[in-house]
Amino acid sequence: MAAHALLHGVMAEFDDPQALVDATERAFEAGYRRMDAYSPYPIEELHHALHAPATKLPLIVAIGGLLGGSGGLLLQYWVSAIAYPINVGGRPYFSWPAFIPVTFECTILGAVLSAVLGMLALNRLPMPYHPVFNVARFALASRNRFFLCIEARDPKFKLEDTRRFLETLNPREVTTVAD
Amino acid sequence: MGRGPPEWKETSVSDPVPWQDDPLEPKAATIPVIAPGHTFGSVTDKISSIVLTRRTPPGWWLGFLAAFLITNVLMMALAYLLFKGTGIWGINIPVGWGFAIVNFVWWIGIGHAGTLISAILLLLKQTWRTSINRFAEAMTLFAVACAGIFPLIHTGRPWLAIYWLFPYPNTMGVWPQFRSPLIWDVFAVSTYATTSLLFWFVGLIPDLATLRDRSQSKVGQMVYGMLAMGWRGSAKHWHRYETAYLLLAGLATPLVVSVHTVVSFDFAIAILPGWHTTIFPPYFVAGAIYSGFAMVLTLAIPIRAVYGLEDFITLRHLQNMAKVMLVTGLIVAYGYGVEAFTAWYSADKFEMFVPYNRMTGPYMNWYWSLIACNVVLPQALWFRKVRRTPAALFVIALVVNVGMWLERFVIVVTSLHRDFLPSAWGMYSPTFWDWATFVGTIGLFLTMLFLFLRFLPMISIAEMRMILPDAKLEEQ
Repeated sequence: MAAHALLHGVMAEFDDPQALVDATERAFEAGYRRMDAYSPYPIEELHHALHAPATKLPLIVAIGGLLGGSGGLLLQYWVSAIAYPINVGGRPYFSWPAFIPVTFECTILGAVLSAVLGMLALNRLPMPYHPVFNVARFALASRNRFFLCIEARDPKFKLEDTRRFLETLNPREVTTVAD
Repeated sequence: MGRGPPEWKETSVSDPVPWQDDPLEPKAATIPVIAPGHTFGSVTDKISSIVLTRRTPPGWWLGFLAAFLITNVLMMALAYLLFKGTGIWGINIPVGWGFAIVNFVWWIGIGHAGTLISAILLLLKQTWRTSINRFAEAMTLFAVACAGIFPLIHTGRPWLAIYWLFPYPNTMGVWPQFRSPLIWDVFAVSTYATTSLLFWFVGLIPDLATLRDRSQSKVGQMVYGMLAMGWRGSAKHWHRYETAYLLLAGLATPLVVSVHTVVSFDFAIAILPGWHTTIFPPYFVAGAIYSGFAMVLTLAIPIRAVYGLEDFITLRHLQNMAKVMLVTGLIVAYGYGVEAFTAWYSADKFEMFVPYNRMTGPYMNWYWSLIACNVVLPQALWFRKVRRTPAALFVIALVVNVGMWLERFVIVVTSLHRDFLPSAWGMYSPTFWDWATFVGTIGLFLTMLFLFLRFLPMISIAEMRMILPDAKLEEQ
């Protein structure tokens, strides 16, 4: 590992999505685990090819929505029954049917905020610097090229072997990625 | 022909059916949502070059400056309003809700189409939404921004309005009244604005990364780079991104229905004849979508012509939007019918008077113009020829925009101006400042739209790549 301290990994560039998905599957079969695939648009099959676990985001959103909704209802209860009770036509202070619209909106707000912030946090974004950007051609990952990067922290990673392995996958180019 | 049993004629599926028009004309589903021949690279370059070109087109400057000029009318109207107070408007008792509420409901309604296109059509897997969702969402944001101005300035003292509207501990120890639909409205509209902004921004992140990577200027690279937050298109990121996007769509769908429902509660919870009716929530939501699609068409038709985007925003899009307009227009027409019927069926003198007064009273011209704009003219959309003629669609969309504004005017003003006691009746007429504020917000809307067209990709590049034939993977 120490020999690769200044190395992020080895990256292969592909022309089309099918080549990237096939390459990712082959790399997984060859025993590589610490790797990531980069594409200009979402490709569901890539996630399967990487055998990456499903995201916990739905759970986070559910919790956020429940917290938002119960927080909204509690706020209305506290305001209308404790902090500033006003008798409106003899209705009870906690006249909950009238509180449903705001509770609903707070549920949505809590869920939406946790969906966006949760997605960014799980993705570790914002991240201004990442080693893959050291590869000049990686700028095309947001246009029309597809990349597979096997990372140096993979136990099976050996610079020469991994490089040679990636070259067997019929890529356009294979580059070493500095850390 | 003669007598005898009718002769059985062999037909095949490809034979023209007499009740369909020209069989040579392509069916709706056969017009592609993207013109053939595009690749990942060409889609990226075409959309991003509109933003990244160094030369700002003179037409853009012309449009932007005109819109900015009108925005200044708004600024002056607002400055004078804050100086003098709401007395500069035509509102008084009994019509205390004049243009401010009419315009608020109109703008909020327009916003609804953006969310419908981006969220509901996404959940329904309608791929044709892809090339129009970005600017429809932008339209939503700008429309909500314009809408938000009105209730705020309608309070007369917007610098005090915050403690009437938001629950926060203030020095007076006063809290908002949560049993009031006006407070529900504050929560609905602010949640809607937040959600629309976040939904739009999340959709923009991959495209901002594209702009960061393709921008030639230092400033562009830095600004787009900061906004893209280091997005690198990792498969693990995309997975969470897609999950988040789908969840946002699922959350925005009930939200958008709730927003105009709550707006309609502002009226329906009151006991005023003409407002106090249960048809309001669905009829407001349909009207919102109707006016929103009209606005999307009003914007899409010139934009696709000016920027040469006919291969991305095809006739298929225009035609589908026209169909949505036709359906929602019919729901709205049904709403008008049921409103009048229920008033008659109630046998309540005051309820029955409302439609009668609308149709024959002092505001009858407004009412009949509304019927002409919203019910009569849009029936032209039944004809395929009209749905496929951008110029005709543009005119109809403009007329529907006017019609939906008239609808809100009729609902707000005619219900208020003659309620129970004839001694309390009155008339409302907008002043110069009412019109200046309204027209000014159209300027603000267009100004923001022009800035958006210049600095952000108006079509989602990442999503356009997904609908290309190149993106198809082999079956495993």
